[in-house]
Amino acid sequence: MTAIYILWLRQLKRYVRSRSRIVASLGQPLLFLVALGFGFGPIFQRAGQGNYIQFLAPGVIGMTVLFTSVFSGVELIWDRQFGFLKETLVAPVPRILIMIGRTLGGATVAIIQGFIVLAICMAAGFRPSAIGGLPAAIGFMALIAILFTALGTAVASALDDFQGFQLVMNFLVMPIFFLSGALFPLMGLPKALSIVASIDPLSYGVDGLRAALIGLSHFGSAVDLAVLAVLSAILLAIGGYMFARIQL
Amino acid sequence: MIRAQNLTKVFGELKAVNDVSFTVPQGEIFAFLGPNGAGKTTTIKMLTTLLRPTSGKVEIDGIDPTVHQNEARQRFGIVFQDPSLDGELTAWENMDLHGALYKVPRHIRHERSETLLKLFELWERRNDPVKQFSGGMKRRLEIARGLLHTPKIIFLDEPTLGLDPQTRNQLWTHVKALNQTEGVTVFLTTHYMEEADRVAQRIAIIDHGRIVAQGTPQQLKQQTETETLEEAFLKLTGSTIRDEDASAADRMRNMARLWQGRR
Repeated sequence: MTAIYILWLRQLKRYVRSRSRIVASLGQPLLFLVALGFGFGPIFQRAGQGNYIQFLAPGVIGMTVLFTSVFSGVELIWDRQFGFLKETLVAPVPRILIMIGRTLGGATVAIIQGFIVLAICMAAGFRPSAIGGLPAAIGFMALIAILFTALGTAVASALDDFQGFQLVMNFLVMPIFFLSGALFPLMGLPKALSIVASIDPLSYGVDGLRAALIGLSHFGSAVDLAVLAVLSAILLAIGGYMFARIQL
Repeated sequence: MIRAQNLTKVFGELKAVNDVSFTVPQGEIFAFLGPNGAGKTTTIKMLTTLLRPTSGKVEIDGIDPTVHQNEARQRFGIVFQDPSLDGELTAWENMDLHGALYKVPRHIRHERSETLLKLFELWERRNDPVKQFSGGMKRRLEIARGLLHTPKIIFLDEPTLGLDPQTRNQLWTHVKALNQTEGVTVFLTTHYMEEADRVAQRIAIIDHGRIVAQGTPQQLKQQTETETLEEAFLKLTGSTIRDEDASAADRMRNMARLWQGRR
């Protein structure tokens, strides 16, 4: 447990001390909020769907958590080649514990980022329907964060090349985000798109966030929770297995 | 203390380490010398559980590290060729983290961290982020960190690479003192022949993955009828410059230099 705690703490310290990284990571969510939120707002309203900022905010928060989580895998590749990872891999600690510590650390950072973006959304006019939904929102952020940090770790464990990782992530992360219902409602979609959205894990994360923050859900919160919990467990197991097999 | 028997590592069609055998008794300073790409770092990685051997046996203090990994890892410290510190953390935090991973109780690791940081003249900078340290300071911190859990064996993979002569001299003085006062077994690799000649009690010379000679520095000079270890080394391995393809690690190091700058 000490190993998990110390590695979790390390991730947090690194995040808190990297102010430029914190600021830079807010650029994309801000852009989506401003460009899409205010840009498409009138169209969304005219289509009878209500306030687009209200609809979009949970999607932007989900996006923030997704990207922060997955790109924690980039850190693993960097560490793997000539950084701190060697130090942890020769330590007398089961590798699964190292992976869990790193994953929890990456997930915590992603949740913090999610909260910062929630604050930005509220500054842009977003209002949660009830403050009592915040704990559930935190829970869904945590599940999204753990799931996708574990995914990033699993992918990064199999690659030793930074560019390879970027390629995989761009062919995986961007489709996951754009097809998740973060930007558009999942109701009334063409069948093919509806099927793809239903197998996209982030769809359930964004849906859960929307349910918690504005009381709007497509799949139902219980389904969202079950899917995310099961997938998180599976990806943690896969990520742990891949991480344990790393050779330098 | 360290035993390798018919150790082999194959990467695809390349035999990086080919049937290597040696024994390092307790308390010895043993140097593993060889040209670039000879198999030195690959051998160290197999000894320290970072790579699984293709075949052969390894023993660290009587333990097979391929079977009892965590038990073996408790027995040694290692200073890698490339820095493995966390630059965003302070010197003290790097030490504390290492101690926690090696299950050193908090009050003991704080005491030892203070002793080691003072020994390696880093105490005044303990609260500074490591990214602000010079190369020599980082090396000293890595060695201090490697000794925090009082290992019986320390692996030093090119520990003085890129350091100025004063820092190199200081490092070896500390290492020899540890060997003499605490009986730490030292397994080192280096390109600096005069260091190996001065510091090592026995030397193995590896080339193209095979050990070509083993013995004390004096024995190697006599065997090759040369005056210096460097001449003996060149006689045994040839004087052709070795070309190597850049590995993924080399490419990323170059990227790091572009992004971070040298310190």
